[in-house]
Amino acid sequence: MPVLDVQHIEKHFGATRVLEDISFSLEQGQALAIIGSSGSGKTTLLRCLNFLETPNQGKILVNGETLFDADDPATQRESEVRKKRLHFGLVFQSFNLFPQYTALENVTLAGELLAKERPDFKQNKRAILEEIRTQGQALLERMGLSDRAGHYPHQLSGGQQQRVAIARALALKPDILCFDEPTSALDPELTGEVLKVIRSLAQQKTTMIIVTHEMAFARDVADQVIFMDGGVIVEQGPARQVIEQPREERTRQFLSRYSQN
Amino acid sequence: MLMSVSLTLLEGFVVTLELFLLTLLFALPLGLVLSFGTMSRCAPLRWVVKTVVWIVRGTPLMLQIMVVFYGPGLMFDLPLLPRFTAAVVTFVINYACYFSEIYRGGIQGVPVGQQEAGLVLGMKRGQIFFKVTLLQVIKRIVPPMGNEFITLVKDTALVRVISVYEIIWMGESYIKKGMIWPLFYTAVFYLVANGVLTLLFGWIEKKLNYFK
Ligand SMILES: Nc1ncnc2c1ncn2[C@@H]1O[C@H](COP(=O)(O)OP(=O)(O)OP(=O)(O)O)[C@@H](O)[C@H]1O
Ligand SMILES: [Mg+2]
Repeated sequence: MPVLDVQHIEKHFGATRVLEDISFSLEQGQALAIIGSSGSGKTTLLRCLNFLETPNQGKILVNGETLFDADDPATQRESEVRKKRLHFGLVFQSFNLFPQYTALENVTLAGELLAKERPDFKQNKRAILEEIRTQGQALLERMGLSDRAGHYPHQLSGGQQQRVAIARALALKPDILCFDEPTSALDPELTGEVLKVIRSLAQQKTTMIIVTHEMAFARDVADQVIFMDGGVIVEQGPARQVIEQPREERTRQFLSRYSQN
Repeated sequence: MLMSVSLTLLEGFVVTLELFLLTLLFALPLGLVLSFGTMSRCAPLRWVVKTVVWIVRGTPLMLQIMVVFYGPGLMFDLPLLPRFTAAVVTFVINYACYFSEIYRGGIQGVPVGQQEAGLVLGMKRGQIFFKVTLLQVIKRIVPPMGNEFITLVKDTALVRVISVYEIIWMGESYIKKGMIWPLFYTAVFYLVANGVLTLLFGWIEKKLNYFK
């Protein structure tokens, strides 16, 4: 059974159709890269998965459980959506770190707030908070940022900020971690450090969906690649095949434009 | 002489400060309510509140004071409000409208990505507001609020037109006795009050400087 099963997702904003009949699935421990030109609907798709947008049609299943069904309003209740979001993590193009918190606090804040909902929180408050803190510190260490835990976001470089954002998303142990062009807002010399972190996550079999314009990275790190254009999936398949021997003419054109730049 | 004038003016200045503090006490929360009105998803409500804010910000405060004080009596034969009450009511409405614009700017100035980051991390809306957005809003509104507070201290002088016995009125009362300097001397009181406010706001801004 796949971790994620997306069935016939459709999304329109007013009259503009942004996503049409999007279906794909993702196996545990696999990395999926989504490529496509600007405006093809990649961000919208990730936002739908994270319940920041509500699809007009389709279903989203995680581990066989229907998290979203456009035809079933019961799956869209605000109170439950919050819990469902925890199946997914999202790393934004623009990091969106909380500026008033240190790197470590950014990583631990949501976990602390969630822990308050645990029935045993009052009794074990200290131990629970200590554990969250230790985990946060360990995550920052995995990101190569153990010496930056006490820094505020504005004291960090873009690459460091994005790595804190990745640690923040990992802290809640999502089933599927989504990245929306994680290196697009970075200076070229800083993209490497972020890509390296994502690469190591892939080696550790983190289930991921990565929207990216880095074709070589997608080819090397992803297991599957989806090419989107105009709101539809034009081609999907094993990473190497889609990027090195695309079957569709549109994919070929897109990739050749990339290799020219 | 200086001593007795100072004491008389101080008496008036207490009234000035009362007006200042009462205005803040009511206008700060009311302004927040109005700002939610101007950002409401309900279009009719939004337009009503926006129109009120437009009228209040588009007309002179001095005129508003006179309308609130004389208006009910002249137009509807209602009893006059006590002078000080009329002054407080006018100031609260006027300043709430200005504050609402400051709040709106502060709230809308926080990037929507902050809220989305909170949502994606499974936070409740209330948690996002109090733990993520609020401090960023406060940081944004502190400088314009500082300006408004200082303007408010000076605007209190306008209630002279309905003869509230605040410090300007007290200063003017010496003119009948052939003394003009007590009126000019009132400036010192305003300067001291605004000096204190400037220091206070400078201190708050500095406290919030640890993040950007
Ligand atoms: N909230 C919205 N309201 C209306 N139209 C929207 C909205 N969000 C996105 N769109 C439109 O949907 C289309 C797809 O946008 P999306 O951001 O998903 O593309 P993308 O593939 O992520 O592009 P990019 O590579 O530039 O990030 C665009 O035409 C965009 O203008
Ligand atoms: Mg995008």
